[in-house]
Amino acid sequence: MHDDPAHRLRHPGLHRRGFLAASGAASLGALALTGCGGSPSGASGHGDGKPKRGGRLRAAFAGGGASESLDPHLGSLFADAARAKALYDKLADYDASLVARPRLASAWEPNAGLDRWKVTLREATFHDGKPVTADDVLFSYRRIADPEKTFRAKASLEPIDLKASRALDRRTVEFVLKRPTAEFPNVLAAFGAYIIPEGAGDFDDKPVGSGPFRLVSFSPGRSTVLRRNDDYWDGAPYLDRLEFIVANDESARVNSLLGGQVEYAHELSPTTARAHEKAGQIEIVRLPGSAMQAFAMKTDRPPFDDKRVREAFFLIADRKELLNGALSGAGEIGNDLFGKGYAYYADGLPQREQDLGRARKLLKQAGAEDLRVTLDTSAVAAGFTEAAGIFRDQAAKAGVTIRVRNGSKDSYWNDILDSGTLCSYRSGAMPIESHLSQRLLTGSTTNATKWQHKDFDALYQQAQSTRDDKDRAAVYERMQRRLYAEGGFLVWGFADWIIGTARTVGGVDHRAPANTLDWARFDKVWLR
Amino acid sequence: MTGLRSWLARRLLLGAAQTVAVVLLVFALTEALPGDAAVALAGDQPDPARIAAIREAMDLDRPAYERLLDWAAGLLHGDLGTSLVSGRPVGSYVSDGFGPTLLLAGLTLLLLVPLGVGLGVLAARHAGRRTDRAISSVALGVYAVPEFALGTLLVTAFALRLGWFPPTAVGYGTDLLAHPATLVLPVLVLLSRPVCSLTRLVRAGMIDALASPYVAQARRYGVSGVRVRYAHALPNAVAPAAQHLARTVDWLLCGVIVVEGLFVIPGLGTVLLNAVAERDMPVVQGLAVVFGLITVVLNTGADLVAHRFAPRAEVTA
Repeated sequence: MHDDPAHRLRHPGLHRRGFLAASGAASLGALALTGCGGSPSGASGHGDGKPKRGGRLRAAFAGGGASESLDPHLGSLFADAARAKALYDKLADYDASLVARPRLASAWEPNAGLDRWKVTLREATFHDGKPVTADDVLFSYRRIADPEKTFRAKASLEPIDLKASRALDRRTVEFVLKRPTAEFPNVLAAFGAYIIPEGAGDFDDKPVGSGPFRLVSFSPGRSTVLRRNDDYWDGAPYLDRLEFIVANDESARVNSLLGGQVEYAHELSPTTARAHEKAGQIEIVRLPGSAMQAFAMKTDRPPFDDKRVREAFFLIADRKELLNGALSGAGEIGNDLFGKGYAYYADGLPQREQDLGRARKLLKQAGAEDLRVTLDTSAVAAGFTEAAGIFRDQAAKAGVTIRVRNGSKDSYWNDILDSGTLCSYRSGAMPIESHLSQRLLTGSTTNATKWQHKDFDALYQQAQSTRDDKDRAAVYERMQRRLYAEGGFLVWGFADWIIGTARTVGGVDHRAPANTLDWARFDKVWLR
Repeated sequence: MTGLRSWLARRLLLGAAQTVAVVLLVFALTEALPGDAAVALAGDQPDPARIAAIREAMDLDRPAYERLLDWAAGLLHGDLGTSLVSGRPVGSYVSDGFGPTLLLAGLTLLLLVPLGVGLGVLAARHAGRRTDRAISSVALGVYAVPEFALGTLLVTAFALRLGWFPPTAVGYGTDLLAHPATLVLPVLVLLSRPVCSLTRLVRAGMIDALASPYVAQARRYGVSGVRVRYAHALPNAVAPAAQHLARTVDWLLCGVIVVEGLFVIPGLGTVLLNAVAERDMPVVQGLAVVFGLITVVLNTGADLVAHRFAPRAEVTA
């Protein structure tokens, strides 16, 4: 363990693992994960044998249909992310515990005030043979942040003052930030923050990235064919060819996998997984900790503006029953906090259990006996409507009448942001810091629980100004304790992300939550 | 023949009006759905500022009637507009998806007519006997099974268990004719329900016709049974069936959406489903025009056929 901060930050990969292992004793949940994941990338959970070169892998994803694009900054679906990852690189990406690891960046180093970061690029080339330079990085980020455009990663890049940021030399960028940001590497790993060559514009015909695969052909809504990039900086992929196929119907994805028409099927349902897990015809891969499952209570309006009512709801939930009923048991139960298994997760807090007696008492104290609440839900995510029904029955036992209201799945997230009082909620993997900043600060853009507290905001700023990891972990723990006691998210579980592969496929990572570096990492996959 | 010609003109005019009505209705209904393209695109990141920006970029901040008028003006020049989501022309959406859907629908119709009529005639010939009862009860039974259920059943049995056909059309692109095996199960699913209804209609029509006075008269004159059946009775039984057949085309569209999804065939049904989910109005409207026109043309054609086969029957526009 190096204590010199400058040295640690020059080798972020090293330092992160060292740090997590050491502070695991200080009750940091990531210990177990980092402990078993020795190799930095692509560690497979099974004895897959020796990697073999060659072959073609076809992967079926649910996708955007005829309107999809290869513009890496435009994507918002898993299919987009998997394709972008094959063609492009980010400066950093998340490991299984959601810690940013360097990718196109080889090192980063902040100034003392944590508001200026020097990022060094590794030697890498784009598919056209040109090197990846600091100018390409600035061009990419400025394109994403263009006020005229609406790229998804724009909000993530908000801390950067891109006017003041500049290239120090060909392979060094100095990012000037609007405020101290201790977790700046998370920004570099943000969803959709891919690096494209300066001046790039035509993505669908001739996408030029630095990623492990090059484009062969793209027909929107049907298939994307890629071939190996032999010059890839992280080692050439094993596969000769990779083909992404769009199949929005889950049973179609399973059937094509069973029929040998694809070798990889993304996003299967827990029931499918259970049906085929033992049969041995295909392999089922469960990526843990991929989707937080919750009910969001709006803390700024009755009845949830009373924290006793919120606590009563925490106590109403029988998490095991929800997990088994809504997700066929595919996942683990939650403890009303986001990010179980991720770095900085407060796993020292006691697991909350159902306690209907105490829930009734709290409701009585709050003057909320015979409470009637409407629970908004929609078929927008697996298990939503099922969980809503189960929770309604659980609440009835505590004397609370819940009316379940089913909404349109195309506009669900917008509908529940400001209206209603209680709704089904889920979240994909992201660092705990991002969850806090995107959803739980006064100025957060998607604050579905209306959790707006000046002192909580101040704690977040304090964490971002704290250079020392342990001290910062302590601040995050304080914030999480508060959320555990009186927050608006009733986090009842974490769903596995389920993938099916043919038995001939090796090297599929079994730990990486969806959307992290080793998820859909086709450059590390091979065919036996 | 002037009567027929003016009837046809009236019929086509009405068809055009119907297409306009369909487009207006589809526009109004899609507008009435909660959320617009900006909201759908923002998905689980409904940052209000971002939604507002997307809305502006897509011109969605303009009133609905203005957008509709603009699009209609383009339509007069044969321009179906551009997709809100991808910025690609709607025409390319239609042309890309048209082939597979036409192939599915065409094959289905091609098989539907001989199968439906044949089974119907067969059942009518043996009315009340074992063959009739077998055909009728199977037809009723299959008719009661929705496409998605039948599709899953057929895939499980014939593709996954027996391995006779590929379970989906994945990997064959749009060149499905070159791989006829992939088409067997989708066409079977599409055929299943229309065949049943057509069989029952033809059977009922035949039984009615065979019991009619003119058939009895023909028989008294010693006209052979085959001639009576196929030259006298069948045309009268086919008239209602032809009109039903045209209606089946609207029906096929619903089936096509299910079948395309189940077998991963990238046709118009898939395009429509996605466009509605994305609130991509120009694409939805463009498809409404295409489907509206097809329906009008086919129904007019069916009325013509009915007119031809059974001129006595009142054919109203």
